[in-house]
Amino acid sequence: MTEPLLKVRGLKIGAIAYPPGERPVAIKIVHGVDFDLEAGKVLGLIGESGAGKSTIGLSAMAYGRGGVEITGGEVWVNGRDILKENLRSLRRLRGAEVTYVSQSAAASFNPAKKIMDQVTEAAIYQNKFSKSEAEERAVELFRKLGLPDPENIGNRYPHQVSGGQLQRCMTALALCPEPDLVVFDEPTTALDVTTQIDVLAAIKEAIAATGVAALYITHDLAVVAQVSDHIMVLQQGKMVEYGTTDQIINAPQEEYTKALVSVRSIRHEEKTPTDTPVLRVENITARYSGTTFDVLKKINVDIHPGQTLAVVGESGSGKSTLARVITGLLPPSDGQITFDGRQLAPALASRPIDDLREMQMIYQMADTAMNPRQTVGTIIGRPLEFYFGLKGKAKQKRIQELLDEIELGDGFQDRYPAELSGGQKQRVCIARALAAKPKLIICDEVTSALDPLVADGILKLLLNLQKIEDVAYLFITHDLATVKAIADSIAVMYQGEVVRYGSKSQVLSPPFDDYTDLLLSSVPEMKIGWLEETIEHRRMESAGN
Amino acid sequence: MLMHPVLKLIAQRLALGLLLLFAASVLIFAGTSILPGDVAQSILGQSATPEALANMRRELGLNDPALTRYFAWLGGVLQGDLGTALTNGRDIAESLGGRLKNTLFLAFWAAAISVPLAIFLGLLAVRYKDRWPDKLISAVTLTTISIPEFMIGYVLIYWIAIKWRLFPSVAIINDSMSLGEKLNAIAIPVMVLTLVVLAHMMRMTRAAILNVMQSAYIETAELKGLGMLKIIRKHAFPNAIAPIVNVVMLNLAYLVVGVVVVEVVFAYPGMGQYLVDHVSKRDVPVVQASGLIFAAVYIGLNLVADIVSILANPRLRHPK
Repeated sequence: MTEPLLKVRGLKIGAIAYPPGERPVAIKIVHGVDFDLEAGKVLGLIGESGAGKSTIGLSAMAYGRGGVEITGGEVWVNGRDILKENLRSLRRLRGAEVTYVSQSAAASFNPAKKIMDQVTEAAIYQNKFSKSEAEERAVELFRKLGLPDPENIGNRYPHQVSGGQLQRCMTALALCPEPDLVVFDEPTTALDVTTQIDVLAAIKEAIAATGVAALYITHDLAVVAQVSDHIMVLQQGKMVEYGTTDQIINAPQEEYTKALVSVRSIRHEEKTPTDTPVLRVENITARYSGTTFDVLKKINVDIHPGQTLAVVGESGSGKSTLARVITGLLPPSDGQITFDGRQLAPALASRPIDDLREMQMIYQMADTAMNPRQTVGTIIGRPLEFYFGLKGKAKQKRIQELLDEIELGDGFQDRYPAELSGGQKQRVCIARALAAKPKLIICDEVTSALDPLVADGILKLLLNLQKIEDVAYLFITHDLATVKAIADSIAVMYQGEVVRYGSKSQVLSPPFDDYTDLLLSSVPEMKIGWLEETIEHRRMESAGN
Repeated sequence: MLMHPVLKLIAQRLALGLLLLFAASVLIFAGTSILPGDVAQSILGQSATPEALANMRRELGLNDPALTRYFAWLGGVLQGDLGTALTNGRDIAESLGGRLKNTLFLAFWAAAISVPLAIFLGLLAVRYKDRWPDKLISAVTLTTISIPEFMIGYVLIYWIAIKWRLFPSVAIINDSMSLGEKLNAIAIPVMVLTLVVLAHMMRMTRAAILNVMQSAYIETAELKGLGMLKIIRKHAFPNAIAPIVNVVMLNLAYLVVGVVVVEVVFAYPGMGQYLVDHVSKRDVPVVQASGLIFAAVYIGLNLVADIVSILANPRLRHPK
């Protein structure tokens, strides 16, 4: 048997952490990982954040991001242990034998330079190709990756192309020097679902066409199932399970893998609408001051008491603007909002305090939504004082009740946000919203920044609280799986308009309008071959038209 | 007609600059008008008769309303006539022109040395961040900016001019000197000014580039296998130009309008000394003219910094 392209043995990676107010401590990120990757194959690395996926991926280039340091083990690339090499020879490996595609192409391209110069830079600098050869090759790659106008797109600057296009340019950048191995680090995570499917197909075709090997890092098992030959499941820096894609998806052995495969198994029966909605949005049209473009165009939706309306759409579709209008942060230019039977003042400043209390918000970034210098008790206690004038023992009792409701036990009162995990922080934000005893909570992408299993826990909690408190949710998300899990009714938004609206079962059953069809069929399924089927299906449809 | 957005932005800045200059002229005129003291009195002395004073005032136009005097002055300035000095009756534009030329000459050479040196030291400090070259550069430049400039001036005169006899201690130049002779004469003041402005520009360069070095695209460059100096030069510097140009222009402005102390120490015939002389003599037209020129230099250089910042932004230069 020939030597594999990449051989990792006993890889240990550590970093120095700086906990607030304490002495720096050495922490271990990866505790001894072994794997092989044959030339021309694709290995998927999957796990939640903190599992060490990216760190392992970058170790194939002997690179530690920030204060991360490889502390032990061996990484063999093309028969050499690269951890024993000095910086000079590592620089001949990076960008020549092994290249990297990052999550955010928008941040990873230099804004001041043309795309072509950046795509060909490594190939020319590493003496792989002359300038004209490299440019020819880049154009060829642009064509393979399905970029529009491949001859000239290289003359543009990064801000002049879309996010999905730039992510393909980043793939071209990685493939241009003819590497043996490409590390793809969550290359489609930052993209909208309808863009993701095209980029994913382009990457897969480019890998097949060039015969390059790849490490494909992602937290989305459904995505990795489409592109990889083998999958390694990681948890907290340790390997949990390794196998062929077929085995991991269809016959997972370990409990953790089973949980990942069956994530989003929440079943939620939709409730029937009541006679009087708690919130009625009528003919809302809005624009930002100083612009002439309507971000929202004649929006009409209802939310019923104790039920969930999911507003779904891509970035830029106007979902969050709708939330801003409802809360009064952005007074609409036309239309009106009725809340609990009374008409709401357009602007936040002119609403009475009870209107403010009965409508609360939870945000995507729990981190930035809390004062880092206040304890959890102070954060939850604030609305109790402000709206209900609770003090002393009564306040303490209520805080404890709320903490019980969000399933955080004793001792959390005195902790600071920095001492909580991402899921715990979001739970505290939920408790703060509940403390006001609202009739409606607006949830703006509240699970988007969380790992799938943690997000699942938050969704279950929200559904449970809805039963107990009879609170309505306006749930803004771009993730259709979340919508299916919790919604009673759904509004699909596209370019500032509601293109489809109704109960969950109505919206999610055919016949579909074109946009909803595109949106629904773009969500990756946990099924090998889904990508090809969907792309093929679309080709046949467009050929039929 | 559709204008390129960059041209529109630059046109806006230029218009704003002119407006600012106009406002500065109002402030300068108002400021000098409310100064205590009487020009006629200070020209004629304490023993002047009331009739002589009244005659003098009429002659100087001091009895006209302020608004009339302001527009008369502004109209003259726009035609290149800065008026005549009260103290010696000479044309201000003429005597100021020579002084301004000298000031710009000194500022030019100080800038020609300090700007490239500051940027080079800033790049070097980034390359060796937190190692001894970085710390040495920071320590030395911080020391020189902390010592008052006249002190540096005297120290340099003591060593370079008196002990080692390399350059003269007095920087008097005139039109009959050759360029070499002039440069020889201003060598020490140029050194002093360089030491004074170096630290500010160098530290800003360092900070601006270090800020850019945190970006993801720098990691991309590292993962292409590029060397550190190439990364700084090709990927970091082009994105750090705007803040660097801003601090460079501030320091250039200082080199033109703020060098009074150095000019006095070296008896250099520049604008600063000229201004100080005439302030003490209450020669209002000269003070107004000098103030206006300083304001124009200051606004002009900052305008250049703004325009360079606009041009350095690829999003504005190449709109979608």
